[in-house]
Amino acid sequence: MKKDNYLFKLLILFLTFMKIGVFTFGGGYAMIPIIEEEVTKKRKWISEMEIMDILAISESTPGPIAVNTATYVGYKVAGVAGGIIATISLAIPSFVIIFVISFFYQDFMQWPVIAAMFKGLKVGVIILLFSAVLKLKKGVKVNLVGIILFVTALSLMLVFSFIDTGFKYLSLCLILLGIITGIVLTLIGKNKEEQE
Amino acid sequence: MIFFELFYTFFLIGLFTFGGGYAMIPMIQEQVVSKGWITESNLTDFIAVSEATPGPFAINISTFVGNSVGGAFGAVCATIGVILPSIIIILIIAMIMKKFMKNKYVQGALNGVRPIVLALILATALMLLIKVMFFGGNSFKGEWEFDIRSFALLVILSGILFIYKKVRKKSLGAIKLLGLSALLGIIIFTV
Repeated sequence: MKKDNYLFKLLILFLTFMKIGVFTFGGGYAMIPIIEEEVTKKRKWISEMEIMDILAISESTPGPIAVNTATYVGYKVAGVAGGIIATISLAIPSFVIIFVISFFYQDFMQWPVIAAMFKGLKVGVIILLFSAVLKLKKGVKVNLVGIILFVTALSLMLVFSFIDTGFKYLSLCLILLGIITGIVLTLIGKNKEEQE
Repeated sequence: MIFFELFYTFFLIGLFTFGGGYAMIPMIQEQVVSKGWITESNLTDFIAVSEATPGPFAINISTFVGNSVGGAFGAVCATIGVILPSIIIILIIAMIMKKFMKNKYVQGALNGVRPIVLALILATALMLLIKVMFFGGNSFKGEWEFDIRSFALLVILSGILFIYKKVRKKSLGAIKLLGLSALLGIIIFTV
């Protein structure tokens, strides 16, 4: 009985999400196994099914997936305070690690070997971004409106990067364009076919 | 005031990020690079640093930029800014949960936003490719010069990835890929 009290839950949330912050590289999906182990298997506070729902919602609401998932799991386990504690504990390890790194960063980059290493890493990052596109593509349904939105966004992004207008809100406007188009299509009933 | 500006900028970035960390890169380029808080080239380096250190990209980048612009308190402001939209939105959604996700307008909005996010990341990848191959990783200003070593590295890495996938039937993980590019980078760029 004592093991399920509120403060104990908050403490476990704090420790679990600290652990996730320390051991997940890249965030997002990498954190799921640790959540499952701690919160689902060991404590049985959340079911496997609920984890899936939480993931789906975290993916599709604004904010980084990892941060959303932390808030949601925390809320499910221990209410609003749980949500806030889980999210902050997730952030603490990264915060500390990056904070320490930023002090050495500039000097570090002066070394020729490190500079060469980062030139190589830049090419690695390019490949990572392209593979992220390929991975995400699987989750997008192909239809006419989707293709039009995709082509519009891509060409505007490219044109704006080359002519450098100083306009800072292009990607934000494009996201809004996608949201509005989706809602308008639902209003006039064009989105129905996708739900079947 | 710089602290409020950090908070507000990262709040906006958190609010309009859909999906994983990379989805926020275009907005960071627009908002953060344009303010001179970090250079284009530093941002790319930092993506690699962030992959190689634990924790979500969003937290890492906001801590890094916040600290370099406004010290420790700047880092706190930027990081709180980036997580606050998630906390607010998810708490509200969690309270009204199931009905919300089944709502057809919410589903409609998501169908509209997914192709946009895909395009944003692809545009980022293409621009970065051009910048690294022709502009030394910096913005388009200045003279261009084809960087044959970066290109060679790109070809070699792609080849290794392709063969790995054929042989092992799965993709090479991000960390291993970056480890490999770091190692090959040292060889190619110091020789």
